[in-house]
Amino acid sequence: MADPGAALEIWGVTKRFGSFTAVDDLDLTIPRGEFFALLGPSGCGKTTTLRMVAGLEKPTAGLLSIEGRDVTGVPPHRRPVNTVFQSYALFPHLTIAENVAFGLRRKREKEIDTRVAEALELVELGGMAQRRPSQLSGGQQQRVALARAIVNRPAVLLLDEPLGALDLKLRRQMQLELKRIQTEVGITFVHVTHDQEEAMTMADGVAVMNKGRIEQMGAPEHLYELPRTAFVANFLGQSNLVRGNVVEVRSDGAVGVDVGGNRVLVRADRARDTEGAVLVGVRPEKITMLVDGQESSPGQNVLGPGVVTDVSFTGVSTQYQVDVPGVGVFGVFAQNLVGAATVALGATVRLAWSARFTFGVDGDEDVREGTVDVDCEP
Amino acid sequence: MSGPAATRPGARTAWRSRLGSALIPTMAVLGVLYLMIPIAYTVAFSFNDAGRRNLVWRGFTLDNWKNPCDAPQICDAFANSLKVGVLATVISTALGTLLAIALVRYRFRGRPAINLLIFLPMSTPEVVIGAALLAQFLSLRVQLGFWTVVAAHVMFCVSFVVVTVKARVASLDPALEEAAADLYATPFQTFWRVTFPLLLPGIGAAALLAFSLSFDDFIITNFNSGAFTTFPKFVYVAATRGIPAQANVIGTFMFVLAILLVVASQVVASARAKRRRG
Amino acid sequence: MSLIAGLGGGAPTQVAPPRENRSRAYRPLLAPGLVYLVLFFVVPVGSLLAMSLYVKTPGGDLGDYSPAFRWQNYVDAVVNFYPQILRSFGFAAIATVACLAIGYPIAYAIAVRARNLPLVQNMLLILVVAPFFTSFILRTIAWKMILADEGWVVAALHWLQVLPEGGRLTATPFAVICGLTYNFLPFMILPIYAGLGRLDPRLLEAGADLYATPFTCFRKVTLPLSMPGVVGGTLLVSIPAAGDYVNAVLLGNNTNTAMIGQVIDQRFFRILDYPTAASLSVILMVAILLLVSLYIRRAGTEDLL
Repeated sequence: MADPGAALEIWGVTKRFGSFTAVDDLDLTIPRGEFFALLGPSGCGKTTTLRMVAGLEKPTAGLLSIEGRDVTGVPPHRRPVNTVFQSYALFPHLTIAENVAFGLRRKREKEIDTRVAEALELVELGGMAQRRPSQLSGGQQQRVALARAIVNRPAVLLLDEPLGALDLKLRRQMQLELKRIQTEVGITFVHVTHDQEEAMTMADGVAVMNKGRIEQMGAPEHLYELPRTAFVANFLGQSNLVRGNVVEVRSDGAVGVDVGGNRVLVRADRARDTEGAVLVGVRPEKITMLVDGQESSPGQNVLGPGVVTDVSFTGVSTQYQVDVPGVGVFGVFAQNLVGAATVALGATVRLAWSARFTFGVDGDEDVREGTVDVDCEP
Repeated sequence: MSGPAATRPGARTAWRSRLGSALIPTMAVLGVLYLMIPIAYTVAFSFNDAGRRNLVWRGFTLDNWKNPCDAPQICDAFANSLKVGVLATVISTALGTLLAIALVRYRFRGRPAINLLIFLPMSTPEVVIGAALLAQFLSLRVQLGFWTVVAAHVMFCVSFVVVTVKARVASLDPALEEAAADLYATPFQTFWRVTFPLLLPGIGAAALLAFSLSFDDFIITNFNSGAFTTFPKFVYVAATRGIPAQANVIGTFMFVLAILLVVASQVVASARAKRRRG
Repeated sequence: MSLIAGLGGGAPTQVAPPRENRSRAYRPLLAPGLVYLVLFFVVPVGSLLAMSLYVKTPGGDLGDYSPAFRWQNYVDAVVNFYPQILRSFGFAAIATVACLAIGYPIAYAIAVRARNLPLVQNMLLILVVAPFFTSFILRTIAWKMILADEGWVVAALHWLQVLPEGGRLTATPFAVICGLTYNFLPFMILPIYAGLGRLDPRLLEAGADLYATPFTCFRKVTLPLSMPGVVGGTLLVSIPAAGDYVNAVLLGNNTNTAMIGQVIDQRFFRILDYPTAASLSVILMVAILLLVSLYIRRAGTEDLL
C-alpha cells in the first residue's frame, strides 16, 4: 500500500533497453527528509533509476510512487520532483535569476523574486543573480543548479552525480554544503554517485547497486562494517576477502573457518554460510601487525606469518601490503601516530584483529567482485 | 646506436624545409588573390563611364551609383529577386527547421530514406531540378511566373536549411530540454522558451544561406519563370546585348552588404566571448 | 561527418550522443517538409521520367507530345549528344582536379598554418567565401572580361609566347574550365578546411617525435586524415559542375564547348523537344546518382547531411 510517510517508493521497477536490462526488478522505499544515496559503479542502473523517478524514462515494468501518489505514468513536468543534472543543464540564454525562477514561473507561483533571492542566498551566490551561466565557474554553476531545483520545494530532490566535474577540494567542500542545505531545508534528497566516500560522508541511507539490482541497503556504517556480499565488501573500500572452509560451528553460533592453516572466527550474526567454502574478510584499518615477539590478545584472529611487500605513506596513515603465502595479499592501514612507518618493507609480520570485526560472505562469489570497474553498457 | 648527432638537421634539409614552409602560405595568398580578381573587376566596372556596353574601361564616374535604376527593368528585376528571396526564405526555413529537429531528436523507421530524400535535391544538378519542375508545371499547365519561382526556390533551399539547423540542433545539450520538463514546462513551453531561443543562431544562419541561394539562383529560375525576371536572369539576358554598369552597382552593393553582415556577426560573437571571459 | 555541414566551415562541438526519443511527436514535425519535398521534388522528377518517354503527337504542333513509353528516346539522346555528355563530365573532372590543386593548399594554410591566428583564419575564410556574395553571373561575366582579347591576360600571354599570335582565351574550353574552377573553388576549400580543422596537431607532433620529416608527416598523417574532406569537396564540385551551363554559354562557343546543360536548355526552350531534354536530364541525374551511391556505400546515409 502506498505510504504517504515515505517520500519515494519503487516497486518491482524494471527498465530494459532492447535486450539489455538496466534496472532489474528494483524495490526501494525512501523515508521523508532523508539524505539517501544510490551508490554503484559507472552506468549500472543508478542513473536510469533516477531518470525514471524524474519521469525522463518510462519503466518497462513496475510502479513508482511519490508521497503516496502513483506517478508511474505521469510526465516529468507534472511530477513534484526536481533534478540537479550532472552537466548542470543551466539555460545559457537566461540569467542566473531567470534560471532559478524558471520552475516557479511555469507553475505561476507567487513572490517569485523573493524566493529566488532566498534560494541564491542559501547556496551563497546572492550577488550573481544577473550574470549568465557561462560567466560562472563550475562550482558556482553547480550551486545554481541546486538552487534552481530547491526553490520549487519538491517532494524529492534528485542529484545525478552533481559533484563529478569538480576537483577534489571543491568536491569535499560541496559535500558538506549539500549536507548542510539538506538538513536546513528538510527535503528528501536522492543522490546518485559512484564515489563511495561521497555516499558515506553525506548520506543517511545508502543503497549499493550492481547490474541493475540493489545488493545491500542501509546506513553507511552498517554497510561498511557488515557487507553482505563480496561486491559490497569490495566496493566500499578494501575488504581483504580470502577463501576458506568452515571447520567448526561453536555453541554460540560462531563459525570457525580454516584459512590457509589459520583459524578465523566469524560471529554468528556476521557470517553468511555455516558450512562449506566461504569468503571471509576484515577491513584494513582493523588489522594490527605483530612483529617478532609480540603476542596477540585474546579474542583476536591471527593470520600469518606474511611479508610486507609495500609501504605507502599517505599523510593520514601508512598503507601496507602484506603477502601471506597460501592465503593472499592483505591491505593494512595504520594511523599515522608517530610520523613515520612503524614496520619496514620486507619485514615478517603476523596479522591480528579483533574477531568481532570479521565478516563472511557467500563462498560462491568471486573474491574480486566489485574491485574492478566492470564495463556496463548504458 | 644513434646519438644526438643523428637528430641534428643538416644545412641542406634546413633550407629545404624553410622553402617548404614558405610554399604553403605563398600558394594560399596567390589562391586568395585569384579568388578576388573577378570581384575586383565587378566592383571597378561599377564605376565605369560605360554607356550600354560595359566592356572596356572608359572613365571613372559615380553616375551609376547615383542612378542605379537607370537601366531599364533592372530595379524591377532586383525587387523581384528580393520578394522571391524573402518569401522563399521564410517558408523554407520553417519547413527545414521542423525537419531538422525531427531528424536529430527522434528515432523512427524510414530515417535513412528520409535522409536520402533531403540529400537528393542538393546532389541533383540544377539543370535536372529545373527541368523536372518545368516538366511538372507544363503537364499541369500551370502559368510560369512569380509563384512557380517561389515554389522552386523553397524546394532547393529546404535541404540546405535542414543541414545548417541540424548541426545546431545536434550541438544542443538534450539535458537542457530535460531540465525544462523537470522544471514543470509543458512540451510546448520547453520548445518556445528553451529550444527555440537556443536554435535561433542556427536558424538565422540557415535563413541567410537560403536567402543567398535564392537571390543568386539562375538556372532553376530560368527554367521556371516564364516572363518573370529576377536579377540574375536579367544579367544573363543582358549579357548578349551588354550588361549595364548598374548591374555591377547592384552586385557590388550586395557584396558589401554581405561582407558587412559577416564582419558584424564576427564582431558580435567576439564581443560576447570577451564579456564571457570578463 | 556531415558532407554538407563541412561547407559551413564550422567545427562541430563534441556532445554526448543524445538520448533519442521514441515518441510520436516527430510526425507533425516531419510532415510539412516531407510533403513539400515529395510534391515539388519527387513528383516532378517522376514527371521528368515520364516525359522522357513521350512521343511527338502525330500531326501535332511543335511542342505537342503524347504520353508513351518510347525507351528509344534514351538511345537517340545518347547517340545524338554523347559528345556533350562526355564533355560535361570531362570538363567537370578537369575542373575538380584544378579545384583540388588550388584549393587544398589554401584550405591547408587556413586550417593548419593559421591555426593559432584566429583573426587571420577568419579573414581568410571571409575572403574565400566572398565570391559567393557577388552574383554568379556577374562573376562569370567578369572572367569573360578578364580573358577578353583586349585584356591584359591575353596580352601578357602573347608577350610570353605562351599563346600564339591571334590565339584567344574566351570562347575556348580553357575559358569554360577556368570559369567552372573559379565558381566552384569555395565548395572544395570549405570541406577540406573543415576536415583539416579537426586534425589533432598532436598527431603531427607524434609523427615528428618518431623521426618523420615534415613532408613525410604530411604524406602519412595529414593527407590520409584529410581524405573525407577531399572526397566531400570532390562531390560538391563535380556534381554541379557537370550540370552547369552558364559558364559554357558565357565563356564558351557553341561548337566545341557545349555542355549537356546547354543542350537541355536549348531543347526545352528553343527547339521544344521535351522528351529529348527530359531524357538527357535523366541520364545526367543517373550518372551523378551513381557517383553519390558509391559515396553512400562507403559512408552511409547518416553522414550525408
